[in-house]
Amino acid sequence: MKEKRSNESFFRRLTRHQLFIPVAALLALVLFNLIADPSFFAISLKENSLGNPVLSGNIISVLDNASELVLLAIGMTLVTASSGGQDISVGATMAIAGSVILRLVCGGQVSADTMQAPLFLAVLAGIVVTMAFGAFNGALVAYFKIQPMVATLIMFTAGRSIAAWINNNQLPFINDVAFKYAGTFLPGIPVPTPVFITLFMILVFWLVLKFTNLGLYTQAVGINANSSRLNGLDPKKIKLLTYVILGACVAIAGFIRVSRSGSINYSRIAENIEMDAILAVALGGNSLGGGKFNVYGSILGAYVIQFLTTTLYKYNVPSTALPAYKAVVVILLVVLSAPVVREKLSRMKKSSAKTAKEVA
Amino acid sequence: MPKDIAVDKQGRLAGRPGMSDTNLLLTITVLVFFVMYIAAVVFLKGGFSKPQSFLNILNNNASLIVLSCGMSIVMITGGIDISVGAVTGLVCMSCAVHLELQGGSILTALLLGLGIGLAFGIVQGFLVAHLGIQPFIVSLAGMFFAKGMTTIVSKEPVRVTGESFLALKNIRVTVPGLGSNNKLGQYVPAYVEVGVIIALAVVVILFCVLRWTKLGRSFYAVGGNNQSANMLGINVRRTKFLAHVLCGLLAGLGGILYFLHVGSGDVANGAGDEMNAIASSIIGGTLLTGGVGNIVGTFFGVLSLNTIKRIVSTMGFDEAWWSNITVAAMICLFLVIQSIILMRKNKK
Amino acid sequence: MQEGALLEMRGICKYFPGVRALQDVDFTLRAGEIHALMGENGAGKSTLIKCLTGVYPKDEGEIYMAGHDKAVTIRSPQDAQNIGISTVYQEITLCPNLTVAENMYIGRTKDSFTNWRKMNQGAGKILKDLGIPAAPNQQLSNCSIAVQQMVAIARAVDMDCKVLILDEPTSSLDEQEVQKLFGLMRDLKAKGVGIIFVTHFLEQVYEVCDRITVLRDGQLVGEYVIEDMPRVLLVSKMLGKDLDDMADIKSESGATADMSGTPVLEAKDLSSNAGIKPFDFSIHKGEVNGFTGLLGSGRSECVRAIFGADRVTGGTVKMDGKDVKIHKPLDAMKSGIGYLPEDRKGDGIVGDLSVRENIILALQVMKGFFRPFSRAQAEKFADEYIKKLEIKTASSDTPINSLSGGNQQKCIVARWLLTDPKYLILDEPTRGIDIGTKIEIQKLVLQLAAEGKSVTFISSEIDEMLRTCSRLIVMRDRKAVGELSGEDLTQSKIMATIAGGDKQ
Repeated sequence: MKEKRSNESFFRRLTRHQLFIPVAALLALVLFNLIADPSFFAISLKENSLGNPVLSGNIISVLDNASELVLLAIGMTLVTASSGGQDISVGATMAIAGSVILRLVCGGQVSADTMQAPLFLAVLAGIVVTMAFGAFNGALVAYFKIQPMVATLIMFTAGRSIAAWINNNQLPFINDVAFKYAGTFLPGIPVPTPVFITLFMILVFWLVLKFTNLGLYTQAVGINANSSRLNGLDPKKIKLLTYVILGACVAIAGFIRVSRSGSINYSRIAENIEMDAILAVALGGNSLGGGKFNVYGSILGAYVIQFLTTTLYKYNVPSTALPAYKAVVVILLVVLSAPVVREKLSRMKKSSAKTAKEVA
Repeated sequence: MPKDIAVDKQGRLAGRPGMSDTNLLLTITVLVFFVMYIAAVVFLKGGFSKPQSFLNILNNNASLIVLSCGMSIVMITGGIDISVGAVTGLVCMSCAVHLELQGGSILTALLLGLGIGLAFGIVQGFLVAHLGIQPFIVSLAGMFFAKGMTTIVSKEPVRVTGESFLALKNIRVTVPGLGSNNKLGQYVPAYVEVGVIIALAVVVILFCVLRWTKLGRSFYAVGGNNQSANMLGINVRRTKFLAHVLCGLLAGLGGILYFLHVGSGDVANGAGDEMNAIASSIIGGTLLTGGVGNIVGTFFGVLSLNTIKRIVSTMGFDEAWWSNITVAAMICLFLVIQSIILMRKNKK
Repeated sequence: MQEGALLEMRGICKYFPGVRALQDVDFTLRAGEIHALMGENGAGKSTLIKCLTGVYPKDEGEIYMAGHDKAVTIRSPQDAQNIGISTVYQEITLCPNLTVAENMYIGRTKDSFTNWRKMNQGAGKILKDLGIPAAPNQQLSNCSIAVQQMVAIARAVDMDCKVLILDEPTSSLDEQEVQKLFGLMRDLKAKGVGIIFVTHFLEQVYEVCDRITVLRDGQLVGEYVIEDMPRVLLVSKMLGKDLDDMADIKSESGATADMSGTPVLEAKDLSSNAGIKPFDFSIHKGEVNGFTGLLGSGRSECVRAIFGADRVTGGTVKMDGKDVKIHKPLDAMKSGIGYLPEDRKGDGIVGDLSVRENIILALQVMKGFFRPFSRAQAEKFADEYIKKLEIKTASSDTPINSLSGGNQQKCIVARWLLTDPKYLILDEPTRGIDIGTKIEIQKLVLQLAAEGKSVTFISSEIDEMLRTCSRLIVMRDRKAVGELSGEDLTQSKIMATIAGGDKQ
């Protein structure tokens, strides 16, 4: 009897841990695939079109394809924590970043065989531009006090059109192998480059969180803006800062996306990715109402979502129908985390415990 | 800003009371529209002066008018619903598949369309009003759900060829007294489609509902101040729920009108219409923070938005992207204006 | 029910998480009387009113109304309206976007349709009768706050109510409007309506009321007839001291203060956008002084202006004789000022963050964005103060909102002690915490003064102020009305100054 109780409390502690949901979801997906078709996990060494030996398999494709989402999830976590809302324009601003980068490397031509500008400068320009758009969103939220989702609706509407406008509505295409290194493989390395870029960015954020007060300030502002102000913080500036950081994340995600193919389709690139980014934050155990955050939870959440997407693809669910499935997951998550529902659930638990006691 | 009213010695009002926010914003909207349209007639080519080109704005946007009305109602209660565009697309596709591939009747298609809209409204309304989830998250999920469902119903465009449907679609109601001479010098009377009549009826009915019914006034009260409305004896949850249900139902009707206008189902139908509806509502003087707005204003918001789009394209910016950028710029401009008005009020 | 009673509340209890807001409170209202409900902030007046009007569900107790055989159940403001209780709340609970007339009628008509003409006529007549300078078809937010309050009163009055509750309705009204309201109240009283009147203004109580019920700490102190209740006695009942107990307690800290040198902080004609009248203030090294006055008298607003928490609209501040500009809290912090705010939950703690993070927050902000404390350093700071102030917490990693109120408050004190301020402002540090911690905090204040720091201490409990402060600034109606020190620091003298008017 005693042992059973300690088991219970262990179980309860486990379920209350912040990373319980993403880890449990990941395990469920792994288990499902193991039972349904263990070959899902097979990894093989194949030659790619350039004749280099590269790793391929579903697991590699999850790690590779989740890269953009992971970057967005990091920035989205900060924005959520500080402002209690989400930026729904990330997909559209990714298109802008990609468009800026392609315009520079193609030098304004429709197609180019070699890069017309240093890649480094092009990416930097992309980062600066999307950070500016991030600042625009952040200013609307922090200084004009517009709800985050409504404020970012503006860029959500205009972003893809601005991206098209930057390249005069042409679809630039670059054929330089060096440009595609970032989105595919570096010569001689069998692991996709986006995986390294993502790991590098996670490392950068780990260092930033360790060597600055970004985490403390963001959480303090998100939890209690009044109190933060009385402790000398400027909640408006900090909110703005998180949107600018998200802008930088968006630029790198956009860069990875365009360098996968060397081209861009303004209306299709990173379509619906804002939904996945929000879902990753929620799945990571972060409250969408802001406050305390765990960026590693969001990162794990992003990988889980990509795992789900890849699994659904494997079972021939068309990509256009995916949003419907994900919408159901989002609704389930927010319903379960709604205060009203939580209260009811805990009351139900209590009453069932009571009846169990009475029976005993 | 001294807004106190001058009072004479008997404590009676001297001078006129200030204009209400709703009427102020409505006046601005209507003025903006007329100034813009008249300027276009005077300075631009492109046939702005022909009655038919004005009526075509209505013909092309009957569905948007209905969607925007629903959006305005939700926004007046302080919420938002960004699923309406995707629901429009889903309704179009479902009706097309029902009529063309399943051989259904027009009546059942009509009920199907309204039913889908109503279902979205009820579910979203429940989540928002009774579970207290942010309307934006709820309707974002609703939007993606509807988008996904549309492609599940059919990925390919479905064109309806049924005779009775085409007959209904092609009904043209001529407007007496309006018309113009075509290139051959023949007099062509101006016309509107059936959808426009329905949309105008919706505008009139909803205007009356918002102005003269208890429910309509409750929408305003809830949007003005949630807690006060509760203290004044209004059932806040029920009111919010009904606003979302009404918006869903109107999204269903909007979908039917869209379908009647284009005559086919396509995954691209209604795409981006949630933005157009939000923009129309905001331009029409509905405050995002709730409590202020007017259906007539929303109607003029739709007209203004599409007049601007036409002006932009007539001026030579006819690439598709300009229209989106214009919409976004309009939303941004009016949002910032609203925010400034609001902050000044709070400071007072 | 008692003879002649209109409304009876029996054994009302209300619990909020961790707090007993009301404990076994009885209240009786008779027909045709104006009954004042008095008590300091947090005494439970508003909670009692909200239980009566169905805004909060009561946890225990019964409510009886004349004309109902059994106890009545009131689950929502609608229910209260239906049985004849109408209420005017302290904050204006009307919809600013609707017209004046709509605000008077919405939510209480049975018709599904609005007849604007009839409504405007009806509203116009009431507005004219009451002399309210507003047009029925005017948007409410275009009216001044005072007019809005009068409209709320007009709505309540027009409802043919049996019981009218006025919860601090006069705070935004000027003298003339208050007189108009009193006239109205007397008319209603003559018609047999029972009126519950909540206010902080003693003059008003003595002007219109027949009876007084006093609450303190969620408990009933007693019900008194106004004639038998001199002002000073009423103040002592509200503050929880009997006249017999009013032994004078001398301040122990006065001796250490060096009052001759340059003041640590000197403010002249300071005013802020929170609506306080310009005031002068100074404090010397090692001195403990305080602001006293009833709730809403402006004591918190004064210290907020000093710290830059509200927007300062005028005046100069000198620290150690040098001019300083304090536009925002960080300026004050850098000048060596610490501020523990009145509202612990809303302005003090950062709920979900750990005890450690809450303690280091202010010092960390002063140190800068790019120079975070190492985990070890932060833990050292936190552990030091957890030990020093005896904060009861499982670890420095525990979220602060799982601590008791007193321990939360100690964390906030620790936060400011860590910044080593020259001048520390403590606004109601002892509110809502247990008696043991209250005493610890008072001792700490004296100890800090002995170490040469200057402290401003604000408390609703006068004996705490007497024990700690050597000088008190008395506030009334957002104005400094007196300064007491030395011989004058006695409970009765303070109460007399707070009460103003008669000198009993």
